[in-house]
Amino acid sequence: MIENADIVLTDWSRAQFALTAMYHWIFVPLTLGLSFIIAIMETIFVRTGNGEWKRMTKFWMTLFGINFAIGVATGIILEFEFGTNWSNYSWFVGDIFGAPLAIEGILAFFLESTFIAVMFFGWNKVSRKFHLASSWLVALGANLSALWILVANAWMQNPVGMAFNPDTARNEMTNFWAVLFNPVAVDKFLHTISSGFLLASLFVLGISSWFLLKKREEWLAKRSMLIAGIFGLFSSLLVIFTGDTSARTLAEVQPVKFAAFEAHYNGKRNAGLVALGFLKNSEKESGAPEEKDFAFRIEIPGLLSLMTGGSREAFVPGINDLVYGLPDSSILAVAEKMKRGKVAMNLLNQYKEAKRQNDLVKAETIRNTFQEKNFVNDYFRYFGYAFLDKPEDVVPNVPVAFYTFHLMVMLGFLFILIICIALYLLWKGTITKNRWFLRAALFSIPLAYIASESGWVLAEMGRQPWIIQDLMPVSAAVSQISPGAVMTTFILFAVLFTALLIAEISIMIRQIKTGPKSQEAQL
Amino acid sequence: MTTMISYLFLQSYWWVIVSLLGSLLVFLMFVQGGQSMIFSLPGSEMHKTMLVNALGRKWEFTFTTLVTFGGAFFAAFPLFYATSFGGAYWVWIAILFSFIVQAIAYEFRSKPANVLGKKTFDIFLLINGALGPFLIGTAVGTFFTGSQFSLNDMNNVQWANGWHGLEALLNGRNIALGLAVLFLARVNGLLYIINSVDDPDLTARSVKKLIINSVSFLVFFLFFLFTLLLSEGYAADKETGQVVMEKYKYLHNLIQMPAVLILFLAGVLVVLYGIGITISRNSRKGIWFAGAGTVLAVFSLFMVAGFNGTSFYPSSYDLPSSLTIYKASSSQFTLKTMMYVSFIIPFVVAYIWYAWKSINRKRITADEMKEEGHVY
Repeated sequence: MIENADIVLTDWSRAQFALTAMYHWIFVPLTLGLSFIIAIMETIFVRTGNGEWKRMTKFWMTLFGINFAIGVATGIILEFEFGTNWSNYSWFVGDIFGAPLAIEGILAFFLESTFIAVMFFGWNKVSRKFHLASSWLVALGANLSALWILVANAWMQNPVGMAFNPDTARNEMTNFWAVLFNPVAVDKFLHTISSGFLLASLFVLGISSWFLLKKREEWLAKRSMLIAGIFGLFSSLLVIFTGDTSARTLAEVQPVKFAAFEAHYNGKRNAGLVALGFLKNSEKESGAPEEKDFAFRIEIPGLLSLMTGGSREAFVPGINDLVYGLPDSSILAVAEKMKRGKVAMNLLNQYKEAKRQNDLVKAETIRNTFQEKNFVNDYFRYFGYAFLDKPEDVVPNVPVAFYTFHLMVMLGFLFILIICIALYLLWKGTITKNRWFLRAALFSIPLAYIASESGWVLAEMGRQPWIIQDLMPVSAAVSQISPGAVMTTFILFAVLFTALLIAEISIMIRQIKTGPKSQEAQL
Repeated sequence: MTTMISYLFLQSYWWVIVSLLGSLLVFLMFVQGGQSMIFSLPGSEMHKTMLVNALGRKWEFTFTTLVTFGGAFFAAFPLFYATSFGGAYWVWIAILFSFIVQAIAYEFRSKPANVLGKKTFDIFLLINGALGPFLIGTAVGTFFTGSQFSLNDMNNVQWANGWHGLEALLNGRNIALGLAVLFLARVNGLLYIINSVDDPDLTARSVKKLIINSVSFLVFFLFFLFTLLLSEGYAADKETGQVVMEKYKYLHNLIQMPAVLILFLAGVLVVLYGIGITISRNSRKGIWFAGAGTVLAVFSLFMVAGFNGTSFYPSSYDLPSSLTIYKASSSQFTLKTMMYVSFIIPFVVAYIWYAWKSINRKRITADEMKEEGHVY
């Protein structure tokens, strides 16, 4: 069904989106968390009137500004890329997907961009309280922006609150609140911002550790660490809680992704959670293509069943069950879903033909069918399956899903350990003596970025082949432009973003080495 | 029937909102206009610092307005979003590139260890300043001159040539609009610098440049306007939506919508008044008149493009594929939901105004540039 040129086009379009999204995501989590940390520091300054707190606020604010600028630069392309590279998608679901993006602009971006100007240029122009309010509003704006874009993303993972309109050949929103309070959206928002808070806490902790290693700015570094530690501790608890709820929700709405990140091929009761493992190619002849087996694993018995079904006896379907079906557990085979999807697609074609022939009676009958609940639940919900070539196409890249998930989780627990140790050493007053820990905290900064990017790789690679779960595969969503054009823009983005990233890191390191300005220099 | 009226109202309402955002964007491109003179206007390094800092405190408004303009188009007229962005790929990518390089240029240009060097970031500002307004103007030109696309049964776009939007640069009228927008942005940029920088020498240089840029703006704008009014336009039948070519369509639109005509003429006159008082009376308030006039004039051009039975994104290749606000719009439910969201816009405008006033209370001086902790 899909021509070779289309596959190349789809791959380049995906590569471009992945490249731009991953670059953008290098900068966003720090913005989400550091904005709050700065606002907390400034609040203490306003309450105590101690100029050292202002110095501290301004130092972290300088780093925030450098990071923020490149976040904006890499972000603008993402909004427009839905149009430039995924135009079929943009029409098919623009009625629902466009709204959160527009709301993001109206409610969040203006808040951020207006008050960031006050934050940077208002120190000597507005009152302390107005300035402080501006800093909090920037933090609020940044996180509100995350809310709306994650609502949009969650809708792609779990499309809700809409109905298909055969006249316009698109899905249309029928319930705004269902879109906003989509369970995936709630989990995703909380998990994403709390992981951003955690990353920012580790960033502040790590850089403060560097100052202590260099025996500079001890007062400022220790207090920065204390704030980052407390903020990070609360954030990490939220990360664990929302990570757990996210996984439970995924088990329901994206079971193949869920099974993939556990490399869980064959369903069973009392299924264990793999804490650590390495995959190898399976020697089995049947089953999903390129089936993987474990070369090594440490498993917590029964935990997967317990987490998803509430008891050890709960059945957790595996990839093979989800692809080939399991009538006992009412799991439809993908082959059957493909048949049903094709029924829906053929009906849409018949509708178009009836309209062309001016057969109004037939058109009306079909139109009504598209609104029937049974038809929607039994056939239209599998519309995207009509585009697939074979049932195995629904299986994402299992090793990518497995390793990114486990890397993210393991690093997450390591970060909690680092934060707890930091708080303990600060409490004991021995943090400057424990240089091993200061080094470990510094080296945890890149690890936080790796964990954060892994989360998104898992979320997006794990849902392949879908751009909208069950409704549209990526191959059907892509804009019809030449693969060469997309390849060219991919290279342009790669070169430009890499150059900007190098400049950003270089500026950031120089600013850190220079350190906070003296109080006199700031006046 | 009431449902239909309500839907029609919502579609029109959203065209007005999108037009308002578009016209505000053109006004706010004074930032780009100013950037386009980064090498030619300043007489010294301090002049350049003041120019960059005057513009740099506002660049995010323009940027955010552009993003919101795109988002509003996506939410309210998704078929336009899908058709134009997915079809005229190269034009939009070029516009986006010019804004990407702008976003880091201010923050990075004078920071130590910025790898690429100050000059590179200044060139980024120049690229965005010159290309941004020109290409956006050229792209909007196709609202009147048409593009080469067709839509299939699933409303998916097929572009009829391999240029993917770059062919718009071969049309004289598109180019004239692009250059008119660029010179208008430069005029507004100069007026803004005169308003917000307290430096007699830089002001004198700006006034001098204002004359040549105003003349250039008028030449290209009047060329675009007269050829537009004398040309055929894309008329859409109000009942069937069928698009046909109509002689003097845009002239008819202005005559048949007298309120729009009045807004348009008022807009042009107020722009000229703003320029006039700056040159003749050394007034610093020119930007407010020229800015308001820009918003009125651009807003009325959007009205001419989308209302009175007109296709706002016509296809010169396949007339039936042309987009009207009715064909391209979101569902009634989405438009209504978004209308409620849009009620917050006056509140947003109010806090922007308040913050703007707070920051601009003192004009930028050379002394401030030496003392301020955060200088671009």
